[in-house]
Order: sequence, then C-alpha cells, then structure tokens
Amino acid sequence: MIENFGIVLGEWRLLATGLFNTVWICALSGVLSLILAVFVSLLLVSSRHGVRRVAQGAVDVMRAIPFLMLLFIVYYCLPAVNVRLSSWTCGLSALVVYNTAYFAEILRGAWAHLPREQTETGHAYGYAGLRLYHRIILPQIFIASGPVLGNQMITLVKNSAFLMVITIPDLTFMANQVQAIYFVPFETMLIAVGLYWVVCSTIEGTVRRLDRIAAVRGHE
Amino acid sequence: MSEARTPGDPVIEVRSLSKRFGTLQVLRGVSLAVSAGQTLCVLGPSGSGKSTLLRCINFLERPDEGSVYLRGERVGVHRAGSGRERAMTDRELARMRTRFGMVFQQFNLWPHLTVLGNLIESPIHVQRRSWGEVMAEAEALLDKIGLREKRDAYPSRLSGGQKQRVAIARALAMKPEVLLFDEPTSSLDPELVGEVLAVMRALAREGQTMIVVTHEMGFAREAADEVMFLDEGTVVETAAPDRFFGSPATARVRQFLQRYA
Repeated sequence: MIENFGIVLGEWRLLATGLFNTVWICALSGVLSLILAVFVSLLLVSSRHGVRRVAQGAVDVMRAIPFLMLLFIVYYCLPAVNVRLSSWTCGLSALVVYNTAYFAEILRGAWAHLPREQTETGHAYGYAGLRLYHRIILPQIFIASGPVLGNQMITLVKNSAFLMVITIPDLTFMANQVQAIYFVPFETMLIAVGLYWVVCSTIEGTVRRLDRIAAVRGHE
Repeated sequence: MSEARTPGDPVIEVRSLSKRFGTLQVLRGVSLAVSAGQTLCVLGPSGSGKSTLLRCINFLERPDEGSVYLRGERVGVHRAGSGRERAMTDRELARMRTRFGMVFQQFNLWPHLTVLGNLIESPIHVQRRSWGEVMAEAEALLDKIGLREKRDAYPSRLSGGQKQRVAIARALAMKPEVLLFDEPTSSLDPELVGEVLAVMRALAREGQTMIVVTHEMGFAREAADEVMFLDEGTVVETAAPDRFFGSPATARVRQFLQRYA
C-alpha cells in the first residue's frame, strides 16, 4: 500500500501536468465566461422582447443539458458539418459556453434583486446608459452574486473532469494514465481526488471572503 | 434659455404641472417658484402628490403637462439654436439632473461605496471635476455633517441618521443649484430625526435653495421661507410660515393643522 503510493508519487510529473492543465483551462474558461456573461446578462434584461426571449431560450437550453452531452456535440457533431477544432479548442469552448449560461443567469438574478431605488438614485445623480451600468449597477451585481459565482466556479472545475473523454490531458486523464500503467487505481485516484479537493477548497476560501464582502457592501 | 435675467428671478419655477398614473390624477396644475437662497416646505396628507411633485421637478417622473424651469432653462426639453424643441434624451436629462441634489426618504446610498466614495462618485465620474478639488470639498462636507470618522465606513455600518446626513452631503458635493428633499426624516427613528433636521436648518440658514417635502411642522415653521400645502394634487395654500401656521386662509389647512397640533 505504502509502496503503491510511492509508485504513484514517482509519476508526479504526469499528475502535476494534469493538475496544471486542469487549473489553467478552468481559470481561463472562468474568466472568459464571466466576461461573456456580463454581455449575455444585458441581453437577458433587454427592453426588446425578441432579444430577451432568444437569449433566455439559449441560456435555458444550456442549463438543461448535461455538460458531457455538450462536449460530445462540440467534439463529434461539429466535424459532421465540417467544423474541425482541436480537442483543446473544443474543451475550452464547451466549458465557456456552458458556464456563460450559468454565470449570465446568476447575474440576471442579482440584477432583478437590485432595489429599483439604486437605479433611480443613479438617474438623479446624472447617470444614464452605460455609465449607470458600469458605475452603479454592475459593481452591486458582482458583490451580490460573488458567492454564487464562486460556487458555480467549483462546479466548473468538477465538470472539467469530463474533458478527458475528448483526450485533453487534464488531472483526471493523467490519473487514469498512471493507474493504467501500474494497476494502482485506489492510490492514484485518492491522490487525484486530494488535488481536486485542494483546488476546490481554494475557491471555497475565496467564496467565504466574497461572502464577508457581500455582508458589508451588499446592502445599504 | 439665456434671456435677460434679474436677481429676483426664481431658481426653480414650476408652471401648471400635471401628472397621472393610469386613471389616478396625482397632480392637477401645480405651480410654484423658489428664489435663490429660499426654502420652500411642501406639506400635505399622504397621497396628496408631494413626492410626485418633487420627482417631476427633476424629471425622475416625466410630467404629462406643464413645465419646469431651472434658472430659466426648461427641464426635460431641449431647445435647438433654431428654436425647435424636442424632449431631452436620457443622457441630456442625466446631465441636467446633476444641477439638482436629491435626498430620498430611504437614503438610497450606494452600498458598494464607502461614505467618501458616495460623496465623490458623481462629481468625479459624471461632472468630471478634478479629483483634488472634489476630495477637498468632500472632506470639508464630512466635517460639516460631523462624520469625518466615518469616512471609510460602508453605508451598512451607519445608523439611519448618519446615512441621511451622508446622503445630504452626497447631494451637496454636486454643488447643486437647488436641493430637493423627499420626506428626509420619515423613515428615521424619532431620536435620530433631530440630527438630520439640524443639518438641514444649517443649510437653510446658509442660503442653500431648497424644496423640502416633509411632515415636520416644527422644521417648516422655523426654517421655511414659504410653506405650500398640497391636497389631492392641488395647491391649497401657499404662505409665509407665520401666516400659514398662525392664521391659515383655508379651512382645509386649519383642519390639517388641528390634527397635527
């Protein structure tokens, strides 16, 4: 048992590469999703009925399908219509599209709960349009939804384990490699799970910090 | 626009303003004028249209009829050089609203910003005044309302009275030509009303032009230059406070005052 751990740790380079890949692809898709979600949330509250309907429909569809299905669609179905992407591009775009839907919905919800008076006070103090959104609305939405966004980020990390099925060498993929070479599944998976736990509890720590910020700055 | 003006011209003039929400006629041809340095108190029972009147003055609500002039300039209506008139865009309205300072019943401070942040937000990002100048004035305003030590606190950490004093300072930081108060003490605990009224009294004495919608009879009596009584969207009586409280001209006002006395 102990020596099995030794064998697995001997392949620490593989596991480290996997961890590194998992972390950067999650971080990058998290950031991209958040940026896109800001724009999508604007569509979700558009004053134009048609725009709002289409955007909400797209978001609802994304939230209704399992991430693995989306991944398969991007990886297997797009080549059928002559769109060929590398597995990395497929994985990244699937993660981004999927999480943008969740993030956008979270931001829309936070906006819906923002007291109408905040917008009105903005108007009274000379804000309109984009400046109102940027200076008054968006900071409050971010503060209010920070903890929920953080939790969604943890879901993103866990979903990223599916990327191994399209051959992206993430932590799950590499762990699977190691156990297949040495036939030590228990020890390998235990270590991989431990690494996932470290990543997720780091995010969890950030969530708790965001909670404290929201407690002070999230309401008047 | 830039017609010749005499010193006695009102800062704010409202001419026969009307506003309805659906089938409810809230304002019926309200007119008023406030000269520079004067304080007008608007009294009246709840539902009389006081708050709507105030919100129509800076066009937070668009009035259905009538007009508002800020130093002779029509609020909410853009007048081109050719004399052609059209409704102001949101952006034009926003710019014009920076010349009003508004204090709300529920304070409506921006919770994501510190006290100081609330004061300097609009002067820097909307009025585009220089940072150094705005900061110096904001610090002076904090001294004035006695909350220097709360400079870096967030609104959620303040009492109601402190919040409203900060809200007043936020309005003053805009260097407004007129201050609009919408029942500024109505949501405060009784023991906190005094500190807010003290700040407002000081402003009235210093010659800040103000329109104050309030239920505080004592404040109206001491601080107002003129008192207006509104009922069912109509101006019932406008008079100097001595007259208004001493010998009201109408039965409606007498009845109202009796209930409050």
